[in-house]
Amino acid sequence: MAATERMAGKRRLANALPLFVLSPSLLMVTIGVYGFMLFSVILSFTGSKMFPRFVFTGFDQYERLFSNPRWGVAVQNIFIFGGLYIVLATILGLGLAILIDQRIRAEGAFRTIFLYPMALSFIVTGVIWQWLLNPGLGLERLVQGWGWESFSFKWLVDPQMAIYTVVIAGVWQVAGFVMALFLAGLRGINTEILSAARMDGAPTHKIYTRIIIPALRPVFLTAFVVEAHLAIKSYDLVVALTKGGPGFATELPSTFMYTTTFTRNEMGLGAASATVMLMTLAAIIIPYLYSELRHERRG
Amino acid sequence: MSVAAETVILRRSGSGVNLARFAVYALLIVAAAVFLAPLVSMVFTSLKSMDEIRAGNLLSPPGAVTLEAWATAWNSACISVSCAGLKGYFLNSIRMVVPAVLLSVGLGALNGYVLTKWRFRGDNLLFGAMMFGCFIPFQIVLIPMAFTLGKIGLAGTTAGLVLVHVVYGVCFTTLFFRNFYVAVPDELVKAARMDGAGFWQIFTRVLLPISWPIIVVSVIWQFTGIWNDFLFGASFAGGESQPITVALNNLVNTSTGVKLYNVDMAAAMITAAPTILIYLFLGRFFLRGLMAGAVKG
Repeated sequence: MAATERMAGKRRLANALPLFVLSPSLLMVTIGVYGFMLFSVILSFTGSKMFPRFVFTGFDQYERLFSNPRWGVAVQNIFIFGGLYIVLATILGLGLAILIDQRIRAEGAFRTIFLYPMALSFIVTGVIWQWLLNPGLGLERLVQGWGWESFSFKWLVDPQMAIYTVVIAGVWQVAGFVMALFLAGLRGINTEILSAARMDGAPTHKIYTRIIIPALRPVFLTAFVVEAHLAIKSYDLVVALTKGGPGFATELPSTFMYTTTFTRNEMGLGAASATVMLMTLAAIIIPYLYSELRHERRG
Repeated sequence: MSVAAETVILRRSGSGVNLARFAVYALLIVAAAVFLAPLVSMVFTSLKSMDEIRAGNLLSPPGAVTLEAWATAWNSACISVSCAGLKGYFLNSIRMVVPAVLLSVGLGALNGYVLTKWRFRGDNLLFGAMMFGCFIPFQIVLIPMAFTLGKIGLAGTTAGLVLVHVVYGVCFTTLFFRNFYVAVPDELVKAARMDGAGFWQIFTRVLLPISWPIIVVSVIWQFTGIWNDFLFGASFAGGESQPITVALNNLVNTSTGVKLYNVDMAAAMITAAPTILIYLFLGRFFLRGLMAGAVKG
């Protein structure tokens, strides 16, 4: 009797063990991701300043947010930066992948060169480009030295153009990764279809536009999601490259959230901006995760 | 990109084959030069004196090589109020990154094991819920995390930073290990169970010995991500526990007076050195981590 009870107890323990092992992570994710998310969303409906105070003010903070000129600049910038970043990184990444896919020599060396910026911190990238683009000793001096005496390049200190320096540095950092994504896609295309098309006498540009590029559609989607995700989250790069300036010309939602909350002590407003960021990203990520997981279940 | 397409046409149509090959290599070499130029400029600049920087340009090689800027960046550059260089912050980053990587990778391996070999109702939903945690904008957790760290007495400490990196790193490591263990045949586990192996024995004797590729990928991914982090370091670390990325930003952006570009560049290289070395020696695994992180499900 006692023996069977002990066995049953042991079995129950054995059944509980896997969940027990999972529990620290579950706890961390439940609190650290979902609990904190909820906390921030709730804060965004309060008038909290320096500390959380649960005096509810409805959608006041959102109204303040959308009438705030700094937030207006941040939203405009994320469209300029995000749009250009996504388009340029995709074009450059695809172009490099197609070039590398031409059975070239030293493929490994080229790949290493294009991908190394991805190993750097955004802060390092920002510091490097701050040096390269500094008006005076930077790119301007270099090009002038090549003989183009009147060449002027002051985007870093020009409020109209500074956001484009963030695009340049960002694309430099991520293009190699996008290349790697497309290269994997190119290498995964069924070669029989390609040779069949070639046998039929299809010209190469048609093979690219009619077969290869359409076959890469899932890679375009992945690249888009990765780039959009990086663009919305990017904070460090702007901080290191322009500090959000000149003035607040390169403000992004992420920098707005940080200064509003921690420097200006407008916690409710900061939480509202973070909530808007979360919603935007969720609108991109959730359908993607859903389709990926569903696809896996089918396959 | 029309140029790239054209080269292929030329090559395939048989005429002008050499011209097409030449164009492919020319484009690649120009692109490689553009990608390498920032690194070259960084190295050159860090080895020059300020006088030489003012006399030369971005890409002019150093005439009289000097390691002075490196010594200054490491030992005596001013960061906020103290002028003791980056070395203390470098150690801070190591003290933060080692436990954070070990804990997050260890937990990720166990989670992946449970989610694939000890399946239960709703495990996929749970996995999906964890996955979403990889992709949230961290701005949404900054405020409550700051308060929680304060409440549990970890505000401004390295231990607090370790905790934060484990919480948001475990989503990715779980993803890596789950997708790796899903491909390990269940028969292996069943056979081990028949032989009387329990939960831990199956993990340590059957799965761990074949897991080294995904362990390497996870360790590299976590190390790179945590070493390069700035947002959490800037938000939660006190002056004493600041990681090197925060110190680098302070060194470069808060200095008053003349900008010492050579010290800036040396400091940036010191900050970048660990992750760049990993990339150079273990690039294959670095890439695999990137791809696994991008191709979710």
